[in-house]
Amino acid sequence: MTTFPSKVATGIAALATGATLTLATPALADKASNTLNVAFAAEPEPLDTYKIAGRQGLILARHIYDGLLYKNLDTGEIVPALAESWEFTGPLTMEFTLRQGVKFHNGADFTADDVVETLNTVITPEYGTRYSISVDWIESVEKLDDYKVRINMSKPFAGAVEMLADALPIYPHEFFAQNGSTGMAATPIGTGPYKLVSQEPGIRYELERFDDHYAGSPKSGATLDAITVRTIPEMNTQYAELMSGSLDWIWRIPPDQAERLEGRVQIISAPIMRIGYIGFAPEAMGGDTPIATKEVRQALIHATNRGAIVDAFAGGASEVLNTACNPAQFGCAQDVTSYEYDPEKAKAMLAEAGYADGFEMEMVFAAMPRPTAEAVAADLAKVGVTLELNEQQYAAGVGKWRAKELPAFFSNWGSYGIGDAAFILSNFFGGGADDLVQDAELTEWLTVADTSSDREERAENYAMAVKKIADEAYWMPMYNFNVNYGLANDLDFTPHPDEFARWWATSWK
Amino acid sequence: MLPFLSKRLLVALLVCVTVSALSFGLMFLSGDPAIAIAGSGGRAEDAEAIRVAYGFDRPLIVQYLDWIGSALTGDLGQSIYFNVPVTEIIGNRVGVTLTLGFVSFIVALAIAVPLGVAAALRPNGWIDRIALVIAVSGQAIPSFWLGLMTIVVFGVWYGMVPISGAESWQGYILPVIVLSYYAIPELMRITRSGMIDVLATDYVRAARAKGLPMHLVITRHALRNAILPLVSLAAVQLGQLLSGSIVIESVFALNGLGRLAWESLLRSDLPVVQAIILILSLLYVVLTTLADVLNATLDPRLRGAS
Repeated sequence: MTTFPSKVATGIAALATGATLTLATPALADKASNTLNVAFAAEPEPLDTYKIAGRQGLILARHIYDGLLYKNLDTGEIVPALAESWEFTGPLTMEFTLRQGVKFHNGADFTADDVVETLNTVITPEYGTRYSISVDWIESVEKLDDYKVRINMSKPFAGAVEMLADALPIYPHEFFAQNGSTGMAATPIGTGPYKLVSQEPGIRYELERFDDHYAGSPKSGATLDAITVRTIPEMNTQYAELMSGSLDWIWRIPPDQAERLEGRVQIISAPIMRIGYIGFAPEAMGGDTPIATKEVRQALIHATNRGAIVDAFAGGASEVLNTACNPAQFGCAQDVTSYEYDPEKAKAMLAEAGYADGFEMEMVFAAMPRPTAEAVAADLAKVGVTLELNEQQYAAGVGKWRAKELPAFFSNWGSYGIGDAAFILSNFFGGGADDLVQDAELTEWLTVADTSSDREERAENYAMAVKKIADEAYWMPMYNFNVNYGLANDLDFTPHPDEFARWWATSWK
Repeated sequence: MLPFLSKRLLVALLVCVTVSALSFGLMFLSGDPAIAIAGSGGRAEDAEAIRVAYGFDRPLIVQYLDWIGSALTGDLGQSIYFNVPVTEIIGNRVGVTLTLGFVSFIVALAIAVPLGVAAALRPNGWIDRIALVIAVSGQAIPSFWLGLMTIVVFGVWYGMVPISGAESWQGYILPVIVLSYYAIPELMRITRSGMIDVLATDYVRAARAKGLPMHLVITRHALRNAILPLVSLAAVQLGQLLSGSIVIESVFALNGLGRLAWESLLRSDLPVVQAIILILSLLYVVLTTLADVLNATLDPRLRGAS
């Protein structure tokens, strides 16, 4: 009757020895094989840039595809990429001279047909380009000759050049016409510095350096032979892989964990375009909330100790903001009214506005760390304002905001990673569905700034808008986000504020 | 046996319909799917376009009937996120979950049943105590913690196994250990208590008295009777192993159904979520029905009782 346990024990022992003997050692990283091993926590979307919202898929896509232009973030300059040169030939027309001798990954030559086919396809509503803002300014694209195209604009749009800088990639026309979006995603073919050699969509991607990548490319000089990208949803597992050497590059590490990893792996923190904000909605509930009063909004900002919140929860390269845009963005003037932390002043202002006993108000927060929202609520409680705090999925929060049922919404906005105030101000103050301020003056200034091709005029109008938003305290700007990267100790990687990792410019130390 | 079966099948069908209708409604309570799909940079115009493109502007009941109509013909729709048929995505990922689930189930049974029997033979003996420790810790330690600990020890310190991913069969070793560890306690304890009851019965005493070797007494007389509740529990456990390994799949970066369901929920990929819920509820229904039938076969008394 004691046979059972002894059998079990033998079995386990056999299993254990079997395991130690037969297991291969996991592949070692990776300077030797010159392969960069990357992990994302979220699954990349199918690799048709025009349908991608998430940064993971876009990063992969930018290694595979090229745009007509490219923005050098170090100098702020727009530089030639697939287009050799370009000019505005009229208020609504741009002409591009294309580079010759560029090859796609499948060997096809890059010509005007590719530009025409790609752009004319993605602007159709049926194609379903994810962000309409990226293409809705294009009326049509014409071929002038094999290496010359003209873009006819449907409306003045100052962000046009920014958009053409790598956000609108060019696909090989024959393949794209035959296979469409699904085909592109299944077999991505671009002109970029890396080509995709295999993928399990959402799970694993293998990229290989494309040695025929065109000379003179702003993405030239790639040294890594190969890049392997995997999805590992659990951050702790990513840390383990990074420490054991089977990963070389991870990102979006929360500040507290970055601190703990420091010293074991290479940690770098870099500021990005995304900013956190509390939007106030004077228009909410038909304007019948305390938040419709300017002095109340100002008092709420005075009452919130934003400096302490940033230090405690954001860390790294984050700073308190005074503007409804990222200081790194064009047009985001910084000489605006600022509201220092002063709860006594806040109380006095509330009393003057008729809220000496405070009031109650709902605030939804979405895609922000809970402690930051709780800290805001605690600060406001000290001046008598009770926040009814609700954490919701982003979609639910935005839905409520657009339905004008929310006096305050605490979230963040990434401006598509673009360094131009157009991509944040106009969405929230340009008179659209997200604008619950509906300030006619703001809308007018922003319209001028968004459509003018005169840089001075744009800057001037954005500055006026930014100042008024601060004066009126329409927003409580919180802080600019930063991203923590975890890297192999011998990896030489430079982060950029647009959150596009440039692995073509990454090498080993 | 026939009325028993048909009654079971009818109940099973009702369960599936109820589950799918409920989950369909719940999805819409968690926020506007069009805004969720438009993403955190999506403007109101983008959300509107998506709402029309995917038919979210229709009444909920119409959307549901439309979905269930196609589902009945085997068409589970297109994934919004991946833009390919749902069946294709599920087909790609179901293998990992099935492998993980079945292997863990077999490992769990292979350890739990012998251990339970051994513990029952000598209650409060040393085997019983070890079994108790395993059972208590298995129920008390969170699976993500145990998963990470095995990663640290076997993956990082000793480098014996791959830390994550399912590129090779070695990638399954840690997840199977962790997952089966959580199935063992209940299976073992129900074997143990069943065996203790049965071993005290007269027919077992009679079998021993007539000089039958102990292993025959156990396998032929005791276990066969103690196994009935185990079969029912095992069916439920198998269901859990096949559907409830979201945490394990995430920790070990295995791309199975559990994780797909979770991620699809987060990105409001309704067709995928609906399909997985349907498949998993079907699975449960099939497994419990199977357990009932199996029990009825093993124990003729149960057939009349239904």
